[in-house]
Amino acid sequence: MNKTYLIFKHEFLLAIRRPGFIILSLIVPVMALLGIGIIKLVSSLSDAPANEITVIGYVDEVGIFDSQTTEGFDRLVPFSSMEGAGEALARQEISEFIIIPSDYTSSGVVKRYTLQKEPQTPPATEVYIKSFLTASLLKERVPAHIVSLILSPINLEVSRITEQGEIAIEKRNVGNIIIPALFSLLLSLALMFGATSLISGLGEEKESRLIEVLFSSVSIRQLLLGKILALGIAGLLQVLVWLISAPLILNLASSSFGGFMSSIQLPANFLILGVVYFVLGYLLFAVLSIGIGAISPSAREGSQLSMFYVMLGFVPLWFSSLLMAFPNSSIWVFLSIFPITAPVQTMLRLGVSDIPAWQILTSIGVLVISIVGGLFLSIKVFRMHMLMHGKRPGIAEIRLNLKNA
Amino acid sequence: MKAVEVNHLYKSYTGKRAVEDLSFSVDPGEILGLIGPNGAGKSSTIKIILDFMKPDSGEVKIFGQQMDEACKNQIGYLPEEKGLYKKLTAIDLILYFASLKGMDKSSAKEKADVLLRRTGMFESRKKKIKEMSKGMGQVIQFIVTIIHDPKLIIMDEPFSGMDPVNTELMKNIVSDLRDNGKTIILSTHQMNQVEEICDRVLMVNDGSEVLYGSIEEVKARFRQHSVQVNVEGEIGDLPGVIEKKLNKDFVELVLASDTRPQIILDRIREQGIDINRFEVKTPSLNEIFLKLAGADHE
Repeated sequence: MNKTYLIFKHEFLLAIRRPGFIILSLIVPVMALLGIGIIKLVSSLSDAPANEITVIGYVDEVGIFDSQTTEGFDRLVPFSSMEGAGEALARQEISEFIIIPSDYTSSGVVKRYTLQKEPQTPPATEVYIKSFLTASLLKERVPAHIVSLILSPINLEVSRITEQGEIAIEKRNVGNIIIPALFSLLLSLALMFGATSLISGLGEEKESRLIEVLFSSVSIRQLLLGKILALGIAGLLQVLVWLISAPLILNLASSSFGGFMSSIQLPANFLILGVVYFVLGYLLFAVLSIGIGAISPSAREGSQLSMFYVMLGFVPLWFSSLLMAFPNSSIWVFLSIFPITAPVQTMLRLGVSDIPAWQILTSIGVLVISIVGGLFLSIKVFRMHMLMHGKRPGIAEIRLNLKNA
Repeated sequence: MKAVEVNHLYKSYTGKRAVEDLSFSVDPGEILGLIGPNGAGKSSTIKIILDFMKPDSGEVKIFGQQMDEACKNQIGYLPEEKGLYKKLTAIDLILYFASLKGMDKSSAKEKADVLLRRTGMFESRKKKIKEMSKGMGQVIQFIVTIIHDPKLIIMDEPFSGMDPVNTELMKNIVSDLRDNGKTIILSTHQMNQVEEICDRVLMVNDGSEVLYGSIEEVKARFRQHSVQVNVEGEIGDLPGVIEKKLNKDFVELVLASDTRPQIILDRIREQGIDINRFEVKTPSLNEIFLKLAGADHE
């Protein structure tokens, strides 16, 4: 049987059986389920039963708000004085009451009294009170349908004009950003764990001199290829678990989530670029990890050294809010082409703005060149230093060995 | 055809010569002891033979050809530091490395069972390596080295850290392998083991050969013309004896170059002295090693 395949199979099974791998693969869907469950639990404990009418008392000192009105499950009941409203509140005939002071039309202030300890007024109550006040102020001055329009949330339909001056097919909304952002975060995590797993494995084999036994059986190419493929496939498996579970979990959530999901339109090239950048990003990190693993005297030191490029890979996420605020800045173009940040930055940008084809092609081209060149150097460094242990060679020694190789 | 041929090997590391003009060969069915002080170049030589690194110049041939993938399947290597995958069971580890040597699973399983039983490790085959003692781990690694029935076996300090029982067991297995036509290169500091099981010895120091030949030839070369005697009473002056060295249990008589030991035996008997012991002195390999290496290894 092909030795590269044997190495691949062994390393792949080792990787997916690690407790850390299993935990990380499941943690995203499990945490999401927990989060949804907690939100639902908290909502159900704090909200009134769905069919219970919430009665809100009000004292109108202006003299124009005189409706006893019911809307949905909320009902407004007038009181002549604050004392009367307070007594009704104490008897729990009402859940809360508001005082519309005499200077409301100039100050805009309404006072609200409740038995509950709340950090802020529940949004639904706030909307209901606002609707009541606005409708009362506009009553008999503005037609009812105009009042309804004023009270409804603004409904903005956004369309994008392409460079050719045509209206683009897809619609942009918040949902377009969430999936690329989530994918970028998961991509960063997958790259980080892939890189550190590779370094950790190489470091342990080097420390225990197991690498010598392996070299007596397989070539460097077979060993490295087997390891890179195994950890890459394991990482891809992990990402797939996250991606497949995400929509299933979101659809388990409330109908608002489900409806929200239906409004999401991913960029046409998102999935293809997602796979391309995962593969290229992983290969780049793997190549760097081979070199670091070869020169590190121990697995621990290798992991520490790898943090340099692993953390660089997270830079696009650190500045994601700036990306959303200033999507057309040239700094993002640079980060989309710089090899270490390119995978995550490009995927983030896909959710925020269009990326010209030349930038994507340049980004991929630079990544490929970096991988090929890096692989060439890393294998040389690996061959020279993998059997040395106990001390890390200095930069000068590495350069001299590369020159003489 | 020689199993291993090394010709005019040179290797340097940043300014330091590790191997200098080293040449030797190993025949099939022979155990070559590779000895030398620390830093002598033994490990570098082994790494070059195994193609872990390239020499600066020189040539290595394994069974008449350059090292390649097919050759690797014919070689078993036991490094000095015994490292294994701690989380694998013994049997899984053995089968994995056997597969890397081109063995199919059923043959490997069958052979593994035989070797595990022979080494008394069969009951522990499903234990994880991390649950085993160091000695047990070494036995497992030894099995990994020979499971694929390699033609050439290179072992670096194979018996270090092993208890006497396991050491004797391994030595018997190594001797059996040699008797079955396998070629073995054994690198060790334990001279008594070299004397016991090796056919020939190569001693290196500062990267160069200082001693090379069969154990008998080497000992004969360094044999001092002296006898060790233990008698009842005093030995008087004897013609042909140029020096007497008193030891705790015997007297060493250094003979003149034209005096045969048999003559001295006759002369002692003529003195009417009861002889408890009369032995022609042959230096041990350890004494030869110390003499050549110029260091006092206690």
